[in-house]
Amino acid sequence: MTNQNSNTNLHKKLAADNSIPSEIKKIISRSLTRRNVLAGVGAAGAAATLAACGGGGSADATAVRWANWTEYLDYDEDTQENPSLVAFEEQTGIKVSYKETVLDNDEFTAPLLDKLQSKKDIGYDIVTLTDWMTARWIRLGYTQKFTADKIPNRVNVLDSLKDPSFDPGREQSLPWQGIMAGFGWNKEKIPGGIKSLDQLFAPANKGKVLALSEMRDTMGIIMLYQGVNPSKPFTEDKFMNAIDFLQKKIKDGFIIGIRGNEYTQDLRSGNATAVFGWSGDMFQLAAESDGKFDFAIPDSGGMIANDNFMIPSTTTSVDAATELVNYYYDPVVAATVAAWVNYVCPVKGAQEAMEKVDPSLANSEYIFPTAKTTSRLSIFRALTAAEETSFQTAFQTAAGNA
Amino acid sequence: MAAFRGASAKVFGLKDNKSALPYLLLIPGLLWLAIFFIVPIFSLGQMSTKVPGADIGEFVQEYRFSNYIDAFNSSKEQFLRSFLYGLLATIIALAIAYPLAYAIAFKSGKWKNILLVLVVAPFFVSFLLRTIAWKQILGEEGPVVSVLRTLNIISVNTSITSSAFAVVTGLAYNFLPFMTLPLYASLERIDPRTLEAAGDLYANGFTTFRKVTLPLSMPGVVAGTLLTFIPAAGDYINATILGSPSNKMLGNVIEARFFKIVDYPAAAALSFTLMAAILILITIYTKRTGTEELV
Repeated sequence: MTNQNSNTNLHKKLAADNSIPSEIKKIISRSLTRRNVLAGVGAAGAAATLAACGGGGSADATAVRWANWTEYLDYDEDTQENPSLVAFEEQTGIKVSYKETVLDNDEFTAPLLDKLQSKKDIGYDIVTLTDWMTARWIRLGYTQKFTADKIPNRVNVLDSLKDPSFDPGREQSLPWQGIMAGFGWNKEKIPGGIKSLDQLFAPANKGKVLALSEMRDTMGIIMLYQGVNPSKPFTEDKFMNAIDFLQKKIKDGFIIGIRGNEYTQDLRSGNATAVFGWSGDMFQLAAESDGKFDFAIPDSGGMIANDNFMIPSTTTSVDAATELVNYYYDPVVAATVAAWVNYVCPVKGAQEAMEKVDPSLANSEYIFPTAKTTSRLSIFRALTAAEETSFQTAFQTAAGNA
Repeated sequence: MAAFRGASAKVFGLKDNKSALPYLLLIPGLLWLAIFFIVPIFSLGQMSTKVPGADIGEFVQEYRFSNYIDAFNSSKEQFLRSFLYGLLATIIALAIAYPLAYAIAFKSGKWKNILLVLVVAPFFVSFLLRTIAWKQILGEEGPVVSVLRTLNIISVNTSITSSAFAVVTGLAYNFLPFMTLPLYASLERIDPRTLEAAGDLYANGFTTFRKVTLPLSMPGVVAGTLLTFIPAAGDYINATILGSPSNKMLGNVIEARFFKIVDYPAAAALSFTLMAAILILITIYTKRTGTEELV
């Protein structure tokens, strides 16, 4: 009964809220009348798809092959299926072959280069890669535009993500999930928390700090600390100043490693107590350890990067692929995914939908950062090919790898 | 067998089937080598003299051999470190494996087979997992650190992960079976009567070992050190997982050049340089120790 009441309240709130487009309101309220969340997802999705197809349905829309990162989509242990995908298949008749084959942007892209350059089928109709790699794919012409009339849900993308420098107007990429980079720490060892690089490199943390191997996250945080905005044009000097800072902290023995996801192991084992870390990981760590760990965006600002949907130029199933992308910008579907993956959700209206999916997560700053939080996050600007090589060389040299 | 030989001779139209058969049997091996060794080596060689093209991941052939010099100069430090760590790991592995192989060969009795299985058993677990396990063993809450701290050998603030010590330990551990098995094979082959004869000639235990056992086991020592040193010097997993930025090896540089910086020519040049350096060292080593008796 309480459920019913909160639903009614939400309906009122929705009706009063003018910032949400009426179409979304319809979808949300429709889903809220369903007791079963997944049924709601199904109905909303079906409505969206019908609207998109205009009743027609497309000729080549029968199968889509999607490459994504591991553990990055809602998953049901019992049925060993991805519920949101199953619902999509049932509504549209499009078969989706979902492959968790992306482990690293470079390692995923490198073997496909030959085929991308010679326009031969790479085996995927949708890929999900990080901003900077997305920028590279678009620059090199490896992508194609979404079918314009099949992607009405594009309007649901958060305003802050609507116009990135690498794809103005979001014609050929849409953000899948966002990853905040900031500081993570062990609350037992550092009860005061960490809000700035000065606190991170306090004498007590010497030999206990890890940085991220994702260059843009580590360097972006350092540049923000040095007063340089990494999302705006900056000169090579500014980047190299930040490299000098990093190099000094490694030399002085503060930073003992530059790591990918495995930094969480070091936090668990106590080898590290303070890190440059990702929100989703820290959320997981805190959840499994009764809040032994915490995460914060630095006072001087943190970074955010998104993984993006793209349709490779080598595929012929553009319409079907576009339909699948469109489906995930339905707020209810987006909330279902976000409740499972715990990364920053890029879809407007998903927070309201989350009230129904999992109310405990509806106010999570990790999934739905407030406008105040978002304003403190920067996206690393697109780099030219020459910059990418020279910056990455400098970063790898600091990391001892070159 | 005769029927098979006849058939193969007929199929290939060969008259002297006795001398043809060995060559036919070589074909699968040669094909394997051609496809998985010669072709890749050739393409790696071609890549190593290219220069960057218009965009990332595009390269143009200009036969720029100074790629080798540039690549070597930019990573001398990691180059030397690879050989130093490889050498240290080999010495540690030898010091551990020799007594172990000796005990299994001469003193284990009915436990021999079980002990041999135990030596190989770690291979049933993935290389990565075994290395990550060392991170826990040497980690803050692991047994090694707490013992050393209790004994006041290291201070509370000293860690032993992310250090050269951890990397070398990991290397020595990971390649230990490659050292133990050839040593065991050559020790096991020693005729016990030679040891008795030494005793009859009034040699004490140490002299017997020095004059009889050790020289007879040298083929095992040479094989074991080669099998340990070569993969250890080229390894990058141990340095990645157990090391800090100042413990990186040449394997890390090659990996970063390939996948992070996308500088394939430098990565290819470094791969060749590493192969050549190892080959030269090994040639000198085997020339000095002799390989006639190698198992």
